[in-house]
Amino acid sequence: MKKMLWRLIISSIFFILGIFINSSNAKLILFAASYILAGGDVVKRAIYNIKEGEVFDENFLMSVASLGAFLIGEAPEGVAVMLFYQVGEIFQDYAVGQSRRSIASLMDIRPDYANVKEGDKLIKKDPEDVKIGDIIVIKAGERVPLDGIITEGSSMVDTSALTGESVPRDVGEGSEILSGCININGVITVKVTKEYKESTVSKILDLVENASSKKSQPEKFITKFARIYTPIVVGIAVILAIVPPLIIKEATFSQWIYRSLSFLVVSCPCALVISVPLSFFGGIGGASKKGILVKGGNYLESMAKTEIVVFDKTGTLTKGVFKVQKIVAENSPEEVLRLAAYAENYSNHPISISLKEAYNKEIDSKLISDVEEISGHGVSALVDGVNVLVGNDKLMNKYSIPYSKYILPGTVVHVAKDGNYAGYILISDEIKEDSHKAIKGLKDQNIKDIVMLTGDNKSSGENTAKELGIKKVYTELLPADKIEKVEELISQKSEKGVLMYAGDGINDAPVLARADVGVAMGGLGSDAAIEAADVVIMTDEPSKIVQAIRISQNTLKIAYQNIIFAISVKVLILLLSSIGYASLWAAVFADVGVTFIAILNAMRALKQK
Amino acid sequence: MKKTFKLEGLNCANCLAKMERKISKLKGVTNVSSNFFTAKMIIEADEDFMPEIEEAASKIVKKYEPQVVFTVE
Repeated sequence: MKKMLWRLIISSIFFILGIFINSSNAKLILFAASYILAGGDVVKRAIYNIKEGEVFDENFLMSVASLGAFLIGEAPEGVAVMLFYQVGEIFQDYAVGQSRRSIASLMDIRPDYANVKEGDKLIKKDPEDVKIGDIIVIKAGERVPLDGIITEGSSMVDTSALTGESVPRDVGEGSEILSGCININGVITVKVTKEYKESTVSKILDLVENASSKKSQPEKFITKFARIYTPIVVGIAVILAIVPPLIIKEATFSQWIYRSLSFLVVSCPCALVISVPLSFFGGIGGASKKGILVKGGNYLESMAKTEIVVFDKTGTLTKGVFKVQKIVAENSPEEVLRLAAYAENYSNHPISISLKEAYNKEIDSKLISDVEEISGHGVSALVDGVNVLVGNDKLMNKYSIPYSKYILPGTVVHVAKDGNYAGYILISDEIKEDSHKAIKGLKDQNIKDIVMLTGDNKSSGENTAKELGIKKVYTELLPADKIEKVEELISQKSEKGVLMYAGDGINDAPVLARADVGVAMGGLGSDAAIEAADVVIMTDEPSKIVQAIRISQNTLKIAYQNIIFAISVKVLILLLSSIGYASLWAAVFADVGVTFIAILNAMRALKQK
Repeated sequence: MKKTFKLEGLNCANCLAKMERKISKLKGVTNVSSNFFTAKMIIEADEDFMPEIEEAASKIVKKYEPQVVFTVE
């Protein structure tokens, strides 16, 4: 690069001397020297490529354009084309280098080493060589190399590289810790639970890197455009050089060849080929910095056209942390809670967890048998020889157990013992504070429809929706009903509109897949969510959806600006030069100058707010 | 199978697009995607053909950008 710069400087000096010197022989020598210094490499490459049968090679076309100018007696123009082309290339290389560095720094979450404990010693190892069950030590300031569980010590960790969240988290013995975070102060000892290839950090990096393989419409357009653009422009150049001088009386070959040379100069679609993918990749990178992982350029593009946003309630808009609020029993409340906790022992549903937490005693699993989960209803089990039913109204109806219907803010869990009603437990969930911000943000974005789906009962679902200001809500849905509802909503949107579904990715994977864009919330540490969704939000803030839509709109705007700018400048210069109003200088600008500006513009996509 | 390659020293985006097109036409290749900014190329192909594809791809890369070092990541 440095060497090239010096060559161009000396070449420019020769060029300027050549313009001012009077002797025509000296002029030609100076121009030739200037040309060889600036463009020798280009010509050499051109000759090499022509031998390989590559006609539409950029080097070849530039060489023809500049040497052509020499031949028709426009030597200064010929030198200028090469000189400015090369200067432009230096600018371009600089801009590409800058954007590569920005992208690299975005992805600079890869840990370099792990301190593995072997006996009393700490050995520095490549994270790829660490196995599950190994004990590693992470000191203050170090990056967590692998996912694991803290066995000793406590500290604050900076998760911003994964979540975009700047407030550090407190972790201590027993906490799960994810690779890619930075340990801020204490020393912690961690038992590794995942190999490097399966760890959070390498999953995120894979995801972002592979995102460029799913291309957006503008990217696909550019790929097609690039393929035909060069042959067409070169074809017109040939026609322009030959036909007018043969048909029109006053037209001379040298005049029309000069005009056609401009076409050769702008025949590279470089500006578009570089800047459009950079805009999308930059948008994806910028979003990942904010804790929003987008799995492809196509999804990034789609989000800008969001018309309907469908939210799952539990765990998405609400905290998904249930608490037993009230127990109403026919006889003994303790007994109702005990039976419920036992029957739900094997379930990981948030409601089951809250029952077990409220019970807060050892559960003797030997006493439980014949557990049957009835999807969307509840569970039936044999507990200590007693037939227990735990579930919603539907379950009671199914077994024809008389019960009273309650309209309460929360989930009512009925418990029946040997076919007799025993009582109910009221469990409720809290709305996330961030949900209000999310709904308001979506309304400000003029999203046509905001819908909430939930498997919960009517009163609890409608309560939540009302509090958040969501007008459309569908309650008491089984997992299969959710897909049906989403399909129904998809048929209501306009042809180009997009339906986005946001859920926690745990039991709604099919719905995530069916939506135009499936967003999984709280992806941090959940493989299922990362797998199923098109967009993963690493934190549990639904307002990131608003941010994601904004990033998408921004990125598209930048990509379209570049497409329109580059194509219109090129077409303008082509038109002007074909009627003789633009010089080769302008053509060089339309080539490298436009590329440089387009790259700078595309780099804005990396810095998303 | 999927294999990722690094193209060190890559500096022409249009050349990369051309390489991608040529490589995707090789026998056994099902998909090629490349990223100019990370200078990486992912080739998806039939496992049996992979060794030949790798060799051919390396030649194609060298043809467009002789200075590029093409290696398996």
